[in-house]
Amino acid sequence: MIRYDVAVVGGGPAGLAAAAAATGGDARVVVVDAAPRLGGQFWPHRSGAEPPALWRLRSAAYHLPDAPVWFAEPAPTTGFRLHTPAGIVTADRVVLATGAHDRSVPFPGWTLPGVVTVGAAQALLKAHGVLVGRRVAVAGAGPFLLAVAAGLATAGADVVGVFEAGHLRGYAKHRLPSAKLAEGARYAAVLARHRVPYRRGHAVIAAHGTDVLEAITVAGRSRERRIDVDALAISYGFTPQVELAVALGCGTHVDRDGSLVVTVDADQRTSVSGVYAAGEITGVGGADLAQLEGRIAGRAAAMKVLDPGTRRQRAKVRRFAQAMHDVHRRPSWIEQLGDDTLVCRCEEVPYAEVRKAIELGATDTRAVKLLCRAGMGWCQGRICGPAVAELTAHLNGRPPTRDDHAAFANRAIAQPTTLGDLAGQ
Amino acid sequence: MTFTFDGQPIAAEPGQSVAAALWAAGIRSWRRTRHGDEPRGLFCGIGICFDCLVVVNGVRGQRACLVEVHDGDVVEQP
Repeated sequence: MIRYDVAVVGGGPAGLAAAAAATGGDARVVVVDAAPRLGGQFWPHRSGAEPPALWRLRSAAYHLPDAPVWFAEPAPTTGFRLHTPAGIVTADRVVLATGAHDRSVPFPGWTLPGVVTVGAAQALLKAHGVLVGRRVAVAGAGPFLLAVAAGLATAGADVVGVFEAGHLRGYAKHRLPSAKLAEGARYAAVLARHRVPYRRGHAVIAAHGTDVLEAITVAGRSRERRIDVDALAISYGFTPQVELAVALGCGTHVDRDGSLVVTVDADQRTSVSGVYAAGEITGVGGADLAQLEGRIAGRAAAMKVLDPGTRRQRAKVRRFAQAMHDVHRRPSWIEQLGDDTLVCRCEEVPYAEVRKAIELGATDTRAVKLLCRAGMGWCQGRICGPAVAELTAHLNGRPPTRDDHAAFANRAIAQPTTLGDLAGQ
Repeated sequence: MTFTFDGQPIAAEPGQSVAAALWAAGIRSWRRTRHGDEPRGLFCGIGICFDCLVVVNGVRGQRACLVEVHDGDVVEQP
């Protein structure tokens, strides 16, 4: 079995940049990725239709596809072992670039078929060529809404509106990079051309329908409005996928957007020697930041010298990312829950049950989970975890802590796997 | 190419996921929940949420958003 110098987990912007930076000389580098094709969630594409930005990051690194890492551990002497359905990968050093998935917030009707995440609408379109609906609302918070709404409108959907919960106050205060401004302007132009309204300070507070989505209620500053739609794409930023980092013992903290993230130093080193982290798992910041962090992590992991320019650029882009968190702030969402609103989709746990668990004396997320089963279903709290953590803290009259979030990130088995794979390795 | 969903023939394009092909055919849900008997279909679209579970060629617990559909596949509700 080959022992690699550097194993990069994740084939998105951060992972590909890390692999490209680590490759060269005689370093043996592998990219271990869950998907059949490289690109991660940022570059979903159909087979043979690679976006140019992706192939520019192609390197000589070995690529192991269809290999979600379900368990990571220190190897017997030094280095690490990564268990995947495609076999065990052994490497001296590991770069974790596992990315993020859409963050969802529960609201009445959010389990109706036709309500999907913004990422789902994007993946359907870009990776499968399918429009999520004919009359679509795009809602939540963050700059990603604009990009996806523009894509949907261009592809022929009737986008009834983009409902951004943030008031976007303070944009002027932050000096935005000109490339970002141009990108935003491009999307805004597309939306204007298709007469798609962009509403700040608006949130979708309910979805209606019997067996399928038929309409949504949008709340603005002073009034509520019902709009007929056949699809709603809604997400409030992203949840970093930190399971592998937590499993390896890497230190974490709660970032400005309320996400649990991996703590790294100037070289993207985690608190565990030999483990580096890059991209969304060190703080949600988008593909540009992810690539810069990946480049730094890759060079550091391959013991290569780093140019100070990359670090300076990273600092600049990271400041911008932090500003974006402030501007696209998630609104308070707890008041909009009804007693029967499901918080946990898998175990079908309504808000009333979560509240009851806390009334019974649960003061931390783990106790809430054990009492009402929220987060114990198929997805293992990947979807409801952040919401349950915030609910637990709120109902106990305190802000959410690292431990509230870590209760759901702590999974020995990081990816769903078969008993056959477990027994075989 | 064509596959069947609960016996009904459905057209698909090469490379599409089961979920995408069902969605393109206007099907929005393909399972019901254990407790509330509620319809579920696609939600996260990237293999995280497990809402879209489906039976493909007799294999249970498949995520419809991840499994690529092939000609002649037999897809059923769980």
